[in-house]
Amino acid sequence: MNASASFQLCEPAASAHSPDVKVQFRDVYKTYGRIEVVHGVSFDINEGDFISLVGPSGCGKTTMMNMLAGFTEPDRGEVLLEGNRVTGPGPDRGVMFQDYGVFPWLTVEQNIRFGLDLRVKRGMSKEEKRETVEKYIALMRLGDFRDAWPKNLSGGMRQRLALARAYAANPHFLLMDEPFGALDAQTRSAMHDLLLGIMQSERKTALLITHSVEEAIYLSNRILVISARPSRVVEEIRVPFSDQRDRELLDTHEFIEMRRHLRDLVMQQYAQQQELR
Amino acid sequence: MQRLAEFGWRLLPFIAAITIWYLVRWSGLVDQGLLPPPHAVFVEIWRRSLDGGFLLDAWMSVRRVLLGLFFGMLLAVPVGFLIGWNRGVRRFVDPLVNFFRALPPIALIPLVIVYLGIGEVAKVAILFYAAFFAGVIVMYEGMSQINPLFVRVARTLGATDWEIFYKVIIPLTIPHVLTATRVALGVAWATLVASELVAAQNGIGAVIQNASAFFQLTTIYAGIVTIGFFALLMDSVLRAITRNFLNWQDRVAQ
Repeated sequence: MNASASFQLCEPAASAHSPDVKVQFRDVYKTYGRIEVVHGVSFDINEGDFISLVGPSGCGKTTMMNMLAGFTEPDRGEVLLEGNRVTGPGPDRGVMFQDYGVFPWLTVEQNIRFGLDLRVKRGMSKEEKRETVEKYIALMRLGDFRDAWPKNLSGGMRQRLALARAYAANPHFLLMDEPFGALDAQTRSAMHDLLLGIMQSERKTALLITHSVEEAIYLSNRILVISARPSRVVEEIRVPFSDQRDRELLDTHEFIEMRRHLRDLVMQQYAQQQELR
Repeated sequence: MQRLAEFGWRLLPFIAAITIWYLVRWSGLVDQGLLPPPHAVFVEIWRRSLDGGFLLDAWMSVRRVLLGLFFGMLLAVPVGFLIGWNRGVRRFVDPLVNFFRALPPIALIPLVIVYLGIGEVAKVAILFYAAFFAGVIVMYEGMSQINPLFVRVARTLGATDWEIFYKVIIPLTIPHVLTATRVALGVAWATLVASELVAAQNGIGAVIQNASAFFQLTTIYAGIVTIGFFALLMDSVLRAITRNFLNWQDRVAQ
């Protein structure tokens, strides 16, 4: 277990407000019925962070994301967005879900246009809208499918569409709830590289929920290991690799060591979650 | 060629049904006098259509169904919508809807005759009742199945409540409106004949009733076949609309 010593462990983030701090979870609690799902969670998200929440399924990670997205509110504590309490969803926070995210009654192009059409009504020029749609259709390589219905797309294409639509609305934050969980391994790693690519050209502050330890390390600069229910932050891990990443990173010694350490932590939580059932 | 084959497949079940009809008649299981042959029934339809009276009866029946369906759905869509979306409204209206839905519309015919007489208004009122309760139940079951995730996603893309209503809720509601209309249409036809059997001077139900008084079995069969034809025709039109408007759906009604 001396591997763990080589990683920088952080205390729960200090709540001193620096301009870089975009999101603050402050001692957040949430209970559904008689089941407590979130228990005293505190952490910050800084400008430009790509932060992953890793932990057992059903442990309350999604609830934490939903609080930031504005879909649900904490029972106690608060979630602050640029210093203000989150009161509801907004176009500054784009969301990607594992399923159902794309609108099945709209074509690929209409899906991407959805958020932009709304912005045109609020003063965006039609020219800019058209350019934005074309840009993301091209970036996500959806050109051949612009008039297709989502039902005719593969899982990978649907998530490319969801990513294109989220980006087209130009949010400041990108919140992702296991967006690649239903994809096969090859499609998943292609999506990883696509996401890293678009993140390099247009950086978003991102929150990713995932089961995959490898995915978390490969994509993020910070990882929070979440405990079995009720959720607490067990450990925060800083990922020391640069933003320029490719598949070769997966075979490096550092990556493998970090993956082993993280997997041990997550497996402990899985074991506890099993005992809870 | 492919379209021809497709048409053939659609016709096949009817050819089979008519064949069975002939077989039953020839087998001697039923007294031949009690079961007219299909060709005699079709000749009867043709003959009665030529003298015009039958067409007028058919038109009266179709008109009653369409009016009852129209007004029934006009109310069923907003009411089903409200029940599906608002828990308070649902708690209040649900027991009432279930009570009135359980009443067969035919049971109301005596009451309707007392209040509205035996004119067109009375018949359309019965059909309205039948269509409304059939439609409203399908509407609100459908509405409660709408995935709230889509509303969330629309919010994160910056949509206001009103924009969510007409850009997300309306498109998701249309399939349920069409399904509800189809169900209501079937119920309306079933109720129509019953209401015409009881009290009507015209309409296909009345034709059947009159023929029954004179033991004209061929005419009775002609009436039944005609009702089936028009019910099927209207259902086909609705399905065609469904196909064209809802080709985004995974499961398109065939």
